[in-house]
Amino acid sequence: MSNSIKLTIIGGVNKDGTKEPVDRVEVNPGDILGIVGPTGSGKSTLIDDIEQLAQGDTPTERRILINDEEPDAKMRVDPRLKLIAQLSQNMHFLADMSVSEFLQMHARSRGKDPELMHKVIELANILTGEPIHEDDHLTVLSGGQSRSLMTADIAVISDSPIVLIDEIENAGIKKQDALALLAGEGKIVVVVTHDPVLALMASRRIVIKNGGMSDIITTSTEEKNVGNRVSEVDNWMMDLREIIRRGEIVEGVV
Amino acid sequence: MKLVVVAGTPGSGKTSVLLHTIKALKRRGNKPAVVKVDCLWTDDDKRFGRLDVPIRVGLARDMCPDHFTIYNTEPMLQWAEEEGANVLLNETAGLCLRCAPYPDSCLAVCVIDVTTGPNTPLKVGPLLTTADIVVMTKGDIVSQAEREVFRERVLEVNPDSLVVEANGLSGKGAIELAELIEDGVEAGEDMVLRYNPPLAICTLCSGEKRVERKYHMGVLRHLDGFMEYKGE
Ligand SMILES: Nc1nc2c(ncn2[C@@H]2O[C@H](COP(=O)(O)OP(=O)(O)OP(=O)(O)O)[C@@H](O)[C@H]2O)c(=O)[nH]1
Ligand SMILES: Nc1ncnc2c1ncn2[C@@H]1O[C@H](COP(=O)(O)OP(=O)(O)OP(=O)(O)O)[C@@H](O)[C@H]1O
Ligand SMILES: [Mg+2]
Ligand SMILES: [Mg+2]
Ligand SMILES: [Zn+2]
Ligand SMILES: [Zn+2]
Repeated sequence: MSNSIKLTIIGGVNKDGTKEPVDRVEVNPGDILGIVGPTGSGKSTLIDDIEQLAQGDTPTERRILINDEEPDAKMRVDPRLKLIAQLSQNMHFLADMSVSEFLQMHARSRGKDPELMHKVIELANILTGEPIHEDDHLTVLSGGQSRSLMTADIAVISDSPIVLIDEIENAGIKKQDALALLAGEGKIVVVVTHDPVLALMASRRIVIKNGGMSDIITTSTEEKNVGNRVSEVDNWMMDLREIIRRGEIVEGVV
Repeated sequence: MKLVVVAGTPGSGKTSVLLHTIKALKRRGNKPAVVKVDCLWTDDDKRFGRLDVPIRVGLARDMCPDHFTIYNTEPMLQWAEEEGANVLLNETAGLCLRCAPYPDSCLAVCVIDVTTGPNTPLKVGPLLTTADIVVMTKGDIVSQAEREVFRERVLEVNPDSLVVEANGLSGKGAIELAELIEDGVEAGEDMVLRYNPPLAICTLCSGEKRVERKYHMGVLRHLDGFMEYKGE
């Protein structure tokens, strides 16, 4: 099923009500689409429009098509039929439940096997530092632990052909591993980011200004090369970070 | 006249969602009127007032606000009729989780805040279990997974309800709600409540203020759940 999905964003209006410059974006399976722009410009708003399959009924007036058609109303609400998984900017859980109770219930809501929770916890613990246990209370998890669990939950339980990711770089977790885990095979991935490594991993990126899609840039070969170099620097930074986290000394590692 | 009873715990977003829904209803050619019932004080009338719709406030004061709503339903409908409305939106105070002020021929809407956590649907009682539509608000503050778990809990306690994910700030869900209201039933002549009112026949109901057990008569329920009748 995931191979037949095509996502189309039909442009709406900027914050001031004028027409947004980009009026149509089409995304195919396997594409990674970046969303960039200043803070407060409307990046999260764009992926919220996609998550709720907006039909001109949000402040942006955008419309979202699936396979060139307005999606069925049921697809918008029933998690069992949902085509979209979203990792939002929220860093914490508010639900007063244990990790296992929550994951089992989430699996049920998506029509999946509750036993998948073990796999979710296992994956989350690869991304995070201090391990998460199944009887931990959700509300006591740290920001990084929560993000890891949300990420693993999306990869395993919300496994959907369209994945929306909002600023994975800020959580202190291994962002490239997390992205690879979420992207899976042949999915449509839309990733909001301020991070050059992630932005240049995308094949195209939408630039948001004043609430609207102001431009769409295709990553050139030249940019890909820059991306690879930045990625090396970034990996080096990550290694240093790990050393420091472990409480070791970085002298002489360069 | 269509009657829409909007109930839900205080601060759950009833007014915020209704404000967007009223705009959507008006755009579609309807004439909504609003009654807000509260206990002691409300400024919801000022918020509704900005939308240029007929608005009335009822303060229940020392009565149960839901009981007050119920026996004032007929006069409210009459007033809305006189105002030339075709939809009466009735926002309740939503304090008493034992009462559910929904008559049979109304559209019963329960507004519930997802940030209160997935155990809330288990606590809300008849307000939620006898509703036709459950509106989940404040989904912008939690993750998609939490919204989905919350929705599952709502459907566990009220499997026949229609769940609408709304946002009182952005207006998400308002168009859907307006459509459901248009498809809703007309208020009937001999309306009957969906849920039994509580057993309110103890001495406190008639003004007793002393606390000790010996002063209390009528139907009393003990801490262990045992019920006794004390009196003549
Ligand atoms: N983040 C967020 N806040 C919301 C949402 N809906 C309402 N609020 C806020 O929640 C608060 C209470 O909203 P109201 O609409 O006044 O709630 P109410 O149920 O009418 O309250 P009472 O009439 O006093 O019982 C306000 O500060 C709203 O701005 C929502 O979807 N998301
Ligand atoms: N087209 C639009 N029309 C009206 N309001 C908009 C539009 N786009 C965005 N907004 C509003 O702008 C505000 C900021 O948007 P948003 O949170 O999406 O920004 P962001 O780019 O994700 O910021 P950050 O980088 O801080 O996460 C929100 O209140 C949103 O509702
Ligand atoms: Mg954002
Ligand atoms: Mg209110
Ligand atoms: Zn009551
Ligand atoms: Zn009593």
